[in-house]
Amino acid sequence: MKILTGNDLKTGDVIWWTGSDWSRHVENAVDVGEHGERILHEEEATRRVNAPYIIDAEQTDDGPRPAHIKDRVRALGPTVRPDLTLKPADPEAGNWVI
Amino acid sequence: MVEAIRFRDDIHEEPAVSLDAFLDQSNATAVRIEAGEDARLLLPLLDRISLVEIDFPVFGDGRGYSAAQILREAGYEGELRASGDVLVDQLAYMRRCGFDSFIPDAPIDPKVMEEALARYEHVYQGTSDQRTPIWRHRHG
Amino acid sequence: MYQYDQYDQQMVDTRVEEFRDQVKRRLAGDLTEDQFKPLRLMNGLYLQLHAYMLRVAIPYGTLNSKQMRMLGHIARKYDRDYGHFTTRQNIQYNWIKLEEAPDLLADLASVEMHAIQTSGNCIRNISSDQYAGAARDEIADPRPWAEILRQWSSFHPEFSYLPRKFKIAVIASEEDRAAMRLHDIGIQLVRKDGELGAKFFVGGGMGRTPMIAPEIRDFVPADELISYAEACLRVYNRYGRRDNKYKARIKILVHELGAEEYTRQVEEEFAHMKTLGLNPPVEELARITEYFADPAFEGNAPDELDLSDPDFKLWVDQNVVAHKQPGYAIATISLKPKGGIPGDASSAQIDLMADLAEQYSFDELRVTHSQNIVLPHVRKSDLYAVWQKLDEAGLAPANLDLITDSIACPGLDYCSLANARSIPLAQKISERFADLGRQRELGELKLKISGCINACGHHHAGHIGILGVDRKGTENYQLLLGGSAAEDTSLAKITGPGFDEDGVIDAIETVTDVYLEEREGDERFIDTYRRVGMARFKEAIYG
Repeated sequence: MKILTGNDLKTGDVIWWTGSDWSRHVENAVDVGEHGERILHEEEATRRVNAPYIIDAEQTDDGPRPAHIKDRVRALGPTVRPDLTLKPADPEAGNWVI
Repeated sequence: MVEAIRFRDDIHEEPAVSLDAFLDQSNATAVRIEAGEDARLLLPLLDRISLVEIDFPVFGDGRGYSAAQILREAGYEGELRASGDVLVDQLAYMRRCGFDSFIPDAPIDPKVMEEALARYEHVYQGTSDQRTPIWRHRHG
Repeated sequence: MYQYDQYDQQMVDTRVEEFRDQVKRRLAGDLTEDQFKPLRLMNGLYLQLHAYMLRVAIPYGTLNSKQMRMLGHIARKYDRDYGHFTTRQNIQYNWIKLEEAPDLLADLASVEMHAIQTSGNCIRNISSDQYAGAARDEIADPRPWAEILRQWSSFHPEFSYLPRKFKIAVIASEEDRAAMRLHDIGIQLVRKDGELGAKFFVGGGMGRTPMIAPEIRDFVPADELISYAEACLRVYNRYGRRDNKYKARIKILVHELGAEEYTRQVEEEFAHMKTLGLNPPVEELARITEYFADPAFEGNAPDELDLSDPDFKLWVDQNVVAHKQPGYAIATISLKPKGGIPGDASSAQIDLMADLAEQYSFDELRVTHSQNIVLPHVRKSDLYAVWQKLDEAGLAPANLDLITDSIACPGLDYCSLANARSIPLAQKISERFADLGRQRELGELKLKISGCINACGHHHAGHIGILGVDRKGTENYQLLLGGSAAEDTSLAKITGPGFDEDGVIDAIETVTDVYLEEREGDERFIDTYRRVGMARFKEAIYG
């Protein structure tokens, strides 16, 4: 599947395209199929996202899992600071990245 | 929005010729230098030039700043024009290097330009615009 | 240390307002990201892996306690309660909001700090010896020269769109604690017939193509420093490669032209530059130098030290070096605790270090290129009290220059350029070699870890270096041996095929075992490596 990601222009937060809006949680990302480029241009033009790009991901039971480790680190947060990730209470969260 | 910006009163209508063409023919008075070309080739001919246009193919290509400085340091007093990918946030540095006219690819908001050019009251270093560097203010 | 006058303050304040305006235009949509990016980079604001990252300049690594406290305040107010000290003596914050960045910069400006030119293809923060003004072996304090260069390079209109970034270091002793010859310009202050001047080395650097800077001039007098630097930069700005980002640093130009030809061109330009009146008068250097006068040392401070506490003794042995003033010492605070993140400090730790500087070090701190903090002027009789307070705060690892005092770039945990994580390696190595007796047995051993070939973790200059690469989507680590960033500058060589995370740590252990077997007398690791050669180590690693 193809999903869209970028950063919030004002806050810099990593965000993912949900089909109608942007979410901080990769679990909410949707497959954009062939429409990635179009959505990306529209959303960037209205400044709802900054520096967006399309990535490959795999659909899993826990939601989309980005194909590249870099985007998995972006989706979770720094593996060396679990307390600063999106899942601070889950000690196993880092395993999803690796 | 403005498409041509000038900080001098004299006007040159003559189209600028390429550096090679200029060096070949003796009657042109306006020359255009591409980013990689050597401005020093013009130094023996400065007294017959009234316009030098220096191209910025992309805003990040800063060779034109040195080209401008070289010409001004050598005493060139004619029009020095920056053309191409010239952005409003670069104008102040270009002025400091001696440019006095601009033909940017994309029009510039005159209000933003005015603010940008007036912003810094002082400068740290001497350049060809002859503004007084801060160290000279300190030591008279 | 230096204090702004009305001019310096006005420049920095104006920069804050300029950036505020640029941010406003970006948020309003008047600037595209493509247009805004170089503007924010010129002010140290990156878009990193998780958020905006702001790099704050710490000129020549020197700051006072008020400035240090401000760094703690910024960590609390605008970030997630910590900061990361970098190999260029700066600090980075990883979680900055664009909309808050102008206010943050205004806070910084209130204590004479800024983020000007901490990124972008311009002249970056000038780095220096962290022991400047305190070292026994310096011939002068290099910082006034660095400050002259800081002012000259700030908002330099001709050199703000260079082919690539440009880093300058200034030192003033034979021992090089600032990796001087691995900079675009390395300057060593020297004396010639009693007169102080600058020896210039140009074209060093790490990155993809590491090079050691050749000397291009043995003496530039103080009143010609700026015109000589202008000449070096102008030749680079005109002829440095712009066709390939990876070949755009000045080291490639100097290498391709040859040092001799580059020098010839610089000298030609210099002859012209000298006539332009670009150099501040010697009175300006004198004015700045006054700010760096020695603090009011006590003339009769006792020189003895009570080392009866064995843990304190270990710390003193390892982290404290001799000061030029009898009765005083230079103490390094290691930001490399066991299992910790090299260079990271919490706001509480930052505050504590500020307090200690105020109380015990004439209000001064330094940041080192090894990502540690220095209290440069501590009375020996105060060292025990300082150590106790550091120890309570987890800031007293006694490991300066030992294997666990590693340099590590942020790596894939934070950096969008990285191919592999660096920090977990540093953490695991610090755990594997946690035993201090073992570390001390291995002696001086500089371990440096980069998460990609851009080499921010200085792996080329490590006695042992690690380079993280991406091998078919998984992290892989190459091992390097034999580098040095000191006065015996050398570039490390790759041992052979890479390893996974645990594999590279095992390999390092093998390497240290070989060293212990082969060591003669009091040879350091690097000395043994140079004498024995790569083959012996390679054989042990790969069998």
